Amino acid sequence: MSFFEILEKNGWYFFTTLLSGWPATLMVAAGALVFALVFGLIIALMRISTWKLVRWPSTAYVEFFRGTPALVQLFVIYFGFPDWGYQPTPIQAAVIGLGMNGAAYISEIYRAGIESIHRGQTEAALSLGMTPASAMQHIILPQAIRTMLPPMTNFAIVLLKDTAIVFAVGVLEVMALARQLVTETLTSAPIYLMAGAMYLCVTIPMARIAARLERQRQAWH
Amino acid sequence: MLDLPEIYTENIHRWLPELLYYSLTTLKIAFFSFLLAVVFGVLIALCRISHKRVIRTLAVCSIEVARGLPIVVVLYIVYFVPPQLFPGLDWSWFDDFTGAVLGLGIHGGAILAEVFRSGIEALHKGQREAALSLGMTPAKAMTHIILPQATRIVLPPVGNYAIGLLKDTSLCTLIGVNEIMNGAKSIAFSDYQPMAVFVLVAAIYFVMSYPLSLLVRAMERRMRVAH
Amino acid sequence: MSKAGSGAAAGQPLLKIQDLHKRFGLLEVLQGVDLDVARGEKVSIIGPSGSGKTTLLRCINYLEKPSAGHIYIDGTLIGEKKVGDRYVHLTDRELARERQEIGFVFQRFNLFPHLTALGNVTVAPIRVLGLSREVAELRGREMLQKVGLGHKADEYPERLSGGQQQRVAIARVLAMQPKLMLFDEATSALDPELIGEVLRVMRQLADEGATMVIVTHEIQFAGDVSDRVIFMDQGRIVEQGPPRDVLGRPSEARTREFLKHIQDR
Repeated sequence: MSFFEILEKNGWYFFTTLLSGWPATLMVAAGALVFALVFGLIIALMRISTWKLVRWPSTAYVEFFRGTPALVQLFVIYFGFPDWGYQPTPIQAAVIGLGMNGAAYISEIYRAGIESIHRGQTEAALSLGMTPASAMQHIILPQAIRTMLPPMTNFAIVLLKDTAIVFAVGVLEVMALARQLVTETLTSAPIYLMAGAMYLCVTIPMARIAARLERQRQAWH
Repeated sequence: MLDLPEIYTENIHRWLPELLYYSLTTLKIAFFSFLLAVVFGVLIALCRISHKRVIRTLAVCSIEVARGLPIVVVLYIVYFVPPQLFPGLDWSWFDDFTGAVLGLGIHGGAILAEVFRSGIEALHKGQREAALSLGMTPAKAMTHIILPQATRIVLPPVGNYAIGLLKDTSLCTLIGVNEIMNGAKSIAFSDYQPMAVFVLVAAIYFVMSYPLSLLVRAMERRMRVAH
Repeated sequence: MSKAGSGAAAGQPLLKIQDLHKRFGLLEVLQGVDLDVARGEKVSIIGPSGSGKTTLLRCINYLEKPSAGHIYIDGTLIGEKKVGDRYVHLTDRELARERQEIGFVFQRFNLFPHLTALGNVTVAPIRVLGLSREVAELRGREMLQKVGLGHKADEYPERLSGGQQQRVAIARVLAMQPKLMLFDEATSALDPELIGEVLRVMRQLADEGATMVIVTHEIQFAGDVSDRVIFMDQGRIVEQGPPRDVLGRPSEARTREFLKHIQDR
């Protein structure tokens, strides 16, 4: 059977099956994003601390998580944590693994964002008679968010793409279903290409948004 | 509770040599796919700044597609799809190692193409004009003036790519390449020590990637001083 | 009459520009410029910004392609050649060959930051003229010496002041021994206290008999150094002649207005 005959006969079945993997993909991505946003902020605040005992562990954390593959981290959590008496579900392992990995990256984005705001901005706001709180609200935060939004969007894209490895710890997401379909129908080309097209339908528009945000930010400066 | 130090003292003499042996494959994949990515990257970047619109559009599309796909998906497509699309050809040479190198190389080419292009575009156009006004041909201006400068700009991001690539080779286990992750899985489950083995593997990756990232940071610092 | 006079009287002019036009989209920056420059002549071009003087200079070196008109150096067409009745563009190689004879000093220096001062001065003699490194370095050091920077040969541009960078840029041009040197607002990007050192070097070159076309805002300098001053406005040459005429008692209202405006600053 040719590629197109297979596609004509089974295309719809492939499509609906792969589509049913998206809730898990999106759930892992969203969960890991929230995890990384919160945990990453803590790490970032620790890293700009003046207290060495606080700064050092956060630096070590970032170095280690950026220096090792996410897949290894996932394996440690999913296969290793039971040795310590905690058996996470596949989704839990995926969210924790990608979230902890992402926190290391996102803490750098926070740090760059905070450091990008010139000290003169606070001083200028205060000299105009603003309270520190309103200076933060009206002057610092709007600038920091503009600076951080494009890299955050890019990070979200990376995270979404990274979810394609979590089938390795048993999450039934798009790639897991793709692999199941391949074993089931003994045909791979149309299935993997279709899965790829689906990812592109999400990641390319997201990349466009990130690029637009970045242009806006630059125009603004 | 798990007593990791004790487990390591008992087993490391068996685990480490085996894991290091497998890590050679990891390094081999990283090395060859890096070379391939540089070649693809230069080619795609040249297409990207071509005067012909069709070629430029093709380059942009290939970059967007490769960057929009998860690397695992690229690996699966590169390794599994061609033999099925062209079943008439002889695919016996196309093993998992070749597929992994090709997949990572194609993906890396798209990443590096953008790095190379922005490196060339970062240079002030006055540099090219100055070279031309001294009587250099465009080709000579490229070789003696533009490329030497672009290389320095591009070195840190290329280094960062190499670090990412080294870690991404771990995904090759998912198409069955016998690299360090594959080795680790078999040891971990035959010895019932997943935590200890995978932490050890993480440490090995760290030892391989950390010197590289120190090097990149030193280069970045030097660049900042220079400007 | 000054020694410049009209180019034709002094034999064949070194630079001859015929009815030069340059359009950027709808904007016609040069609207028909004719200009002859004799060998050894120093010509300064002044005029308000946007008058087309920089574009004119860039066209002479073919960094801009003219929309119409022709440029000759020593009787040779620049940037194009005549095949039968048609003018065709030169290949990159032929164009590069012609540019070797025309030196261009940029407003923003455009030194090569990855090369030392000596490297900047020798790269073209080595790569373009094919000189050996030894010969090129000998010549390069001599040129650096000449602009007063012999002691800075091994410094990178980032370690040099703006005035020093511009002097290296001039040495870089001199090392090619060009027939004609073009200066595009060579001192505009400099701090006031650094302008003098660059003008001194330019004056020295003028005294040695180089052929120079200088676009500048330094009216005083233009008056001192040039054989002829040209006032351009809106893409045309409005007035030209010896400095004491053009700068001293200009005949055109626009020239007077411009000079008054400059002096008021």
